[in-house]
Amino acid sequence: MPENISIVVNGEEQTIADGQSALELLSGLDLDPRTVVVEINREIVRRARLGDTNIRDGDHIELVHFVGGG
Amino acid sequence: MTVTAPTQSTESMVIGGRSFRSRLMVGTGKYADNETMLAALKASGAEVVTVAVRRVDLNRTNEEGILHHLDPEEFFLLANTAGCYTAEDAIRYARLGREAGFNNFIKLEVIGDSETLLPNVVGLTDAARELVSDGFQVMAYTNDDLVTALRLEDVGCAAVMPLASPIGSGLGLINPYNIRTIKSRLRVPVVVDAGVGTASDACLTMEQGVDGILMNTAIAQASNPVAMGSAMGRAVEAGREAYLAGRMPRREVAVPSSPTSSMLDG
Repeated sequence: MPENISIVVNGEEQTIADGQSALELLSGLDLDPRTVVVEINREIVRRARLGDTNIRDGDHIELVHFVGGG
Repeated sequence: MTVTAPTQSTESMVIGGRSFRSRLMVGTGKYADNETMLAALKASGAEVVTVAVRRVDLNRTNEEGILHHLDPEEFFLLANTAGCYTAEDAIRYARLGREAGFNNFIKLEVIGDSETLLPNVVGLTDAARELVSDGFQVMAYTNDDLVTALRLEDVGCAAVMPLASPIGSGLGLINPYNIRTIKSRLRVPVVVDAGVGTASDACLTMEQGVDGILMNTAIAQASNPVAMGSAMGRAVEAGREAYLAGRMPRREVAVPSSPTSSMLDG
């Protein structure tokens, strides 16, 4: 059984199973990696690296996308 | 004497080495719904449309993302840094926008005052310098101040975007003299951003000789955004064509248009 880790996603604390990649985190949240950008601890994760970037305990993650604006 | 009228197709606008078919750029915020937004964008003829970078709402579906409604093949998506008050924040949002988007252009905003949304020109210049060195084509939203505009050009901005009047105000072109002065002194394109309220404002702004206009609220908050989008597209073209045509001099006396000779005896 993988242990759980605590992370902060878009300002909300979450508990997830350890050993997940950023890509798996997106898929667990039903988000499309083609339209969402992942920033971990203020570093952008390039789209091509989402699969081999692991989420670690205590990570602060921002998930952003384009919305209407002027 | 030339008798040919310039056409928009032969008169495209080049920014950062890329050619754009329309001189009107349009924002995508504040529409009642996405269908109206898309119809208004199409009616305006705009190629460049601006978008903002925001957190995904984890409690809703990802259908709210604007890429579900805008085809990046049809529009050139220009990410903005709206809502940022420091150079550091604006740089962060710009980099996220580049990763989310399809190009290295950024509409750079660094706001200095929450009531007027007027720019923080020091933070703006600092952010512009950093982003230019990071490979961005920076289009900087600024006030209608010549010295700031010159500094933004100096640090390598691809375009300088002075306001007509404050964002969302619809007050129109408050200081045509400042806009003309900026246009006459800069080598990079000048795109007036913010403040246009209706088609006559857009036409008058283009008649100052600027390269283009960026607007959002004037279309989005019109009673009929699709009709206003169409009107704005034509106003921008008319204003550009009138500028190129060269207006007649202003005179404070009347000059008759019909012959004064060969009148009948009284």
